[in-house]
Amino acid sequence: MLYLLVGLNLIVGAAIFALPADRKNLPRWFALATAVVSLAMTIAVFAGYDRDVGGYQFQRSLEWLPSIGISLDVGVDGISSPMVLLTGVVVFAAVLISWGIEDRPREYFALMMLLVAGTFGVFVVLDLFFLFFFYEVAVLPMFLLIGVWGSTRKAYASMKLVMFLLAGSILVWAALLVLYFDAGIGSFNILELEQAGVDTTVARVIFPLFYVGFGVLAGMWPFHTWSPDGHVAAPTAVSMLHAGVLMKLGAYGIIRVGMQLVPEGASYWLGIFLALAVVNVVYGAIAAMGQRDLKFVIGYSSVSHMGYVLMGIGSMTVVGMNGAVLQMFSHGVMTALFFAMVGVIYDRAHTREIGAFSGMAKVMPKFSVLFIVGGLASLGLPGLSGFAAEFLVFVGTFETAPWMAVLGIIGVAITATYILRLVARMFFGPVMEKWQGLPDANRLETAVGVMLVGLLVLFGVYPQLIVGTIDVSAIPLLASLGG
Amino acid sequence: MNGGDFVFFMPELILVGTAIAVWGVDLFTPEERKPDLAWPAAAGTLVAGAFLALSWGENREVFLGTVQLGDYSLFFRVIFLAIAFFVIVGSPGYVRRNLKNGGEFYGLILMSTVGAMVIASAREFLTAYIALELVTFGFYVLSAHARQEPRSNEAGAKYLILGAFSSGLLLFGISLVFGVTGSTFYLDIAVAIENSGDLGLVWMLGVALLLAGLGFKVAVFPFHSWAPDVYEGAPLPITAFLSVGSKAAGFAFLIRLFAEGLAPVASDWRVAIGIVAVLTMTFGNLVAIQQTNIKRLLAYSSIAQAGYVLVGLAVLTAETTAGMLLHLAGYTVTNLGAFLAIIYFYNMTGKEEIADFRGMYRRSLLMTLVLAVSLLSLAGMPLFAGFVTKFYLFTAAAASGMWWLISLAIANSILSVYYYLLVLRQASITPESEEDAQRPRFRLPFHAMALLTVLAVLVIWIGVYPAVFVEAAEAGASTLFSG
Repeated sequence: MLYLLVGLNLIVGAAIFALPADRKNLPRWFALATAVVSLAMTIAVFAGYDRDVGGYQFQRSLEWLPSIGISLDVGVDGISSPMVLLTGVVVFAAVLISWGIEDRPREYFALMMLLVAGTFGVFVVLDLFFLFFFYEVAVLPMFLLIGVWGSTRKAYASMKLVMFLLAGSILVWAALLVLYFDAGIGSFNILELEQAGVDTTVARVIFPLFYVGFGVLAGMWPFHTWSPDGHVAAPTAVSMLHAGVLMKLGAYGIIRVGMQLVPEGASYWLGIFLALAVVNVVYGAIAAMGQRDLKFVIGYSSVSHMGYVLMGIGSMTVVGMNGAVLQMFSHGVMTALFFAMVGVIYDRAHTREIGAFSGMAKVMPKFSVLFIVGGLASLGLPGLSGFAAEFLVFVGTFETAPWMAVLGIIGVAITATYILRLVARMFFGPVMEKWQGLPDANRLETAVGVMLVGLLVLFGVYPQLIVGTIDVSAIPLLASLGG
Repeated sequence: MNGGDFVFFMPELILVGTAIAVWGVDLFTPEERKPDLAWPAAAGTLVAGAFLALSWGENREVFLGTVQLGDYSLFFRVIFLAIAFFVIVGSPGYVRRNLKNGGEFYGLILMSTVGAMVIASAREFLTAYIALELVTFGFYVLSAHARQEPRSNEAGAKYLILGAFSSGLLLFGISLVFGVTGSTFYLDIAVAIENSGDLGLVWMLGVALLLAGLGFKVAVFPFHSWAPDVYEGAPLPITAFLSVGSKAAGFAFLIRLFAEGLAPVASDWRVAIGIVAVLTMTFGNLVAIQQTNIKRLLAYSSIAQAGYVLVGLAVLTAETTAGMLLHLAGYTVTNLGAFLAIIYFYNMTGKEEIADFRGMYRRSLLMTLVLAVSLLSLAGMPLFAGFVTKFYLFTAAAASGMWWLISLAIANSILSVYYYLLVLRQASITPESEEDAQRPRFRLPFHAMALLTVLAVLVIWIGVYPAVFVEAAEAGASTLFSG
């Protein structure tokens, strides 16, 4: 099934290129069909993951290059199965939001499918080579997706994004070769490498390489600057995928490769990286406060929210780890919602200046409700999944580094300030003349929004649904860190 | 020696026969029909290929041991035949528009190919040297084949003078090595080195001259300076042929020489070759960034690629040798793909500046896709050949523990993405001017579309499931190392 998840997207992506150019409808139907099937499979994977059994499930293996120990091993555990589900959800939403793409739809959907295949690939493989392989497969289509279909400074942003992320992968590539040779078992299989272990000194040298290398994609301060630029330049659906799923690849890489394979390095360094994560939270929030373009606000808030993920990881506690993974999930859903809604208003008003709007709640009620719910999730309102995630992160951090937790909470306060200010400015107050009669979100957009809001509420009210699964893998992982 | 040995040279003999036949027919062919002589010439390569297939898996020494036919030579002979086939079939359109005397042109390509095939089999200096001269003599004439164009004449003259000079160095090196060891057979040289303790200055000078002479042929720093000018001036199909054929021939010589003849002292040269490798790739990549002409850009890119192969030569083991063979094979199909796309583009437009590529995606999606696939493969991006071949090569080389070399190679490889993406950006993103947007779509002939598709499929095949190619490369490498 996991092969199918990756393979289907790859093959459909390639097949879309071969469709006739004049049939503009065909590509999106292909993409939608794939997204629906993928979503169904991801739900099946998430629901089918047996918590009582734990470990890796849905495992399959395929020999690929036996002479240097590469095989296409797949499987999911309690950390990757929620991520797979997240990807399924966000992709489905992104395809629906892209329905109206008129410019070169064939190439657009083909590249999107490739990106999705790469993302699924990273989450399901259990082989270091293929993890790196799919990691780059996921990154590369962004260049064209932003470059061709993007807006504001797209040429600059797309190149910057790709070069930043690839610079990160230099570190990852070098580190994984060191790991491979130090383990000395001639295999790239993650489970076997975990068994073999590495020398403590080597672990301490390569962990920062993995952390920073993957961290670039997770929006780690001070290597985050590609992220807001990229978000702003990208078309709506690509922003959704990018912030919703792609940035999670970075955090996932840190967990799967950094913590799992070099635990000695992780326990040595994570204290320092925890401090950087707090900088992420606070810096991202402060930067978001100063923005006037809606997408920049969300771009920086993503940096800030990914900081919580990194904090949870850095706390080296089971609770913190649960929080981090839950935050990855809820931030994914939340930003997808945000970007979808920004797309809605930008399509109609052709501006994203916050100052240009006022009283929108009266003009576009459905849109406003959805946007505000996203905002509330962002500032951590209880009852929405962001709250549960951030709460767990803080509890976890408080155990190991209370002061860091306190500083992190300041970040929440700042977030609340800018979100509430933004909401007040845009949605309430006098209705502006020029926006009178602006059409509300259409059915498709509303449906997407409602679906995402539904997930936020579901996991906000009943986080155990997902935390229970994460726990299964977080406990042994943290045990190996000795924390 | 007996005349029966010629049987094993059937593929080469068929090529020679085809070349002579093509030249003969050329005399009686009216000028406007001459470009079509490509078809019999290409058929000759196919027949030669069929005969080569008959000798699959055989391993024997012929002509008094000067020539060894086995998996190593088979690997390269297949590559050279493939190169000849693709270059010849890709040429007629170009020849018709820009060149005279098509028969001469195709015949010379075949003769150079014969030389290259003999190099791969030769395990004795003089045989290899004469074969190398056969290759380069063909190229001297071919580079200057566009006689009415000053640029082409300049290229031919420059290549001739520098090439003759480097052949002189090589020959001088051979004679010094012969003087010290008393043999021109690689295996005897290896024995002589092992038997004598200190080989002295003459020996060092001899090997240095060998490296310089061959370094020129494969265009490594600091013997690269001919490459950009010759690549730019030569007719496009010849640039393609040079970039893959001449390079692979040089490496076929170098690898065999090092593995069989200089193996006992190879470790003395490790650091020196490593430094040359780093300089070569860094220089190639840095200068490539500033190029505005696609031929010059690919010239510098091919210099950089030679640097990657040298990483394998520095760490000479059976594994890195397999890596070098694999990378050369991947590079060959990739570069051919890129050049064929450019040849067809030039045939349609008469332009070869990167800035002229804008709007390519609209005029031919296939051409743009093949160009994109090739450039991304050169950049070492996954799904395409370059990623796998570099990963294999660098992994094999990393076993030596020369981490400075490996890290710099990885960094180079990834940073090179930048200039390949710049080309891709022109071809697929940068908008056309109003006037250009009116230009019609390209109508590629059927064989052009077929060639482009086949090459793209090969690049993706190596990139996605390389097992067959890796096995062939490993078998080839083991021929050299089994003694």
